[in-house]
Amino acid sequence: MLKIRALAPCGLAPFDFDLEKGRCAAIMGPSGGGKTLTLRAVADLDPNEGEVFLDGKERGRFPAPDWRRRAIYVPADSGWWTDRVGDHIHDRETAAAFLPRLLLTKDALSWEVSRLSTGERQRLALARALLLDPPVLLLDEPTSGLDEGAAHAVEDELQERLRGGTSILMVTHSREQARWVASALLNIGGGRVREEAP
Amino acid sequence: MNLITLDAWDLLLAALLIGLNAFFSIWLRLSLERQLLIAALRMIVQLTLMGFVLKTLFAISSLPFTLTALTFMALFAGNEVHGRQERRFTGWWSYGVGTISGNTMTGISLGLNTLTAQVARERISVEAQLALGATFLQAIRPLLRGAAKTGFIPIVNSMAAVGLVSLPGMMTGQILSGVDPIEAIKYQMLIMFLITGGTGLGVMIAVHAGAWRLTDRRHRLRLDRLAAESKAGKG
Repeated sequence: MLKIRALAPCGLAPFDFDLEKGRCAAIMGPSGGGKTLTLRAVADLDPNEGEVFLDGKERGRFPAPDWRRRAIYVPADSGWWTDRVGDHIHDRETAAAFLPRLLLTKDALSWEVSRLSTGERQRLALARALLLDPPVLLLDEPTSGLDEGAAHAVEDELQERLRGGTSILMVTHSREQARWVASALLNIGGGRVREEAP
Repeated sequence: MNLITLDAWDLLLAALLIGLNAFFSIWLRLSLERQLLIAALRMIVQLTLMGFVLKTLFAISSLPFTLTALTFMALFAGNEVHGRQERRFTGWWSYGVGTISGNTMTGISLGLNTLTAQVARERISVEAQLALGATFLQAIRPLLRGAAKTGFIPIVNSMAAVGLVSLPGMMTGQILSGVDPIEAIKYQMLIMFLITGGTGLGVMIAVHAGAWRLTDRRHRLRLDRLAAESKAGKG
């Protein structure tokens, strides 16, 4: 279970929030309101105030890389550090078997990053995180650049993860997606984070 | 000793080359002319002053005086490294790194400049690695390697070219003033080893210190510790 206490992402008022195992909370609100900063604060990627607990253990008691390995942040704009997709993934065999679930072929591992389409980049970045099987996923608009079919495949996979006990915090602009995947809603706007009915 | 003396006209003729550079810089809009002319003027003033200082130092040959002169030179070197950066580190910090040795100045300048420029450009890929649980050192290593390589270019080039493409000033000067070439070459080797060794260590220390300054205990990428843009960056 993910417990957030008095977390104050840069420029926002501190807020508390609990996310049970196997549950997803959608983060909604106007652009520039601090949705991405909130995910980054939970991942501890920016200096921030407040405490975040995973199963009762405060994040400061994990070395930072170990914490981020447990609460993986997948940004809307994915980063790649070598030319080939496969270089970014440790276990290629598992990856080859997994990729079709996001409507990608296993050949994708040998593709060049610079030739990926927006949708392919986005799904491969998500796959890269999912393959590490973290207990918490922090997703920033995971389906924004995807066509309907691919978006549904991603949503189905997220549902599957939720059933497996993963907790997901997900920024989305789609009410429909929030209703379909999430069981809680955080509205971020006007410098505040409010919990609302989904 | 058969010493060849230079008169003012010889120097002026050589200085015309700098003027030619400035002319091309203006013509091709490279905006290097200001920096070049100021550097040339500074060289004239600094060398003239240094001539007097050396004459005095050799005449009185006292340790405290020599140490004072060395300290001043080191402080200037630090200031120069700081001034050449496109994206500077904030605070007094970068002055410290440059003071290791005057001769490591160029290498350190290049290394730090490459590091900060690359880190700013590669922010998304560095943070992608951090977000997946990499340590800061793992995430930054390719950039560190590139920065160190760039910092090494001048010394590697100068060692590779010496004797074939370039004749070092000190050695040539000694030979021109009548010293046995073999003796002059031995001195030159000694100096090259010292400069290369010092610069190499300086570059490696500086880029690692730079990387260390760009992170914190939580392995974050702290670009806020770079001043956004300086005059050099905008020009």
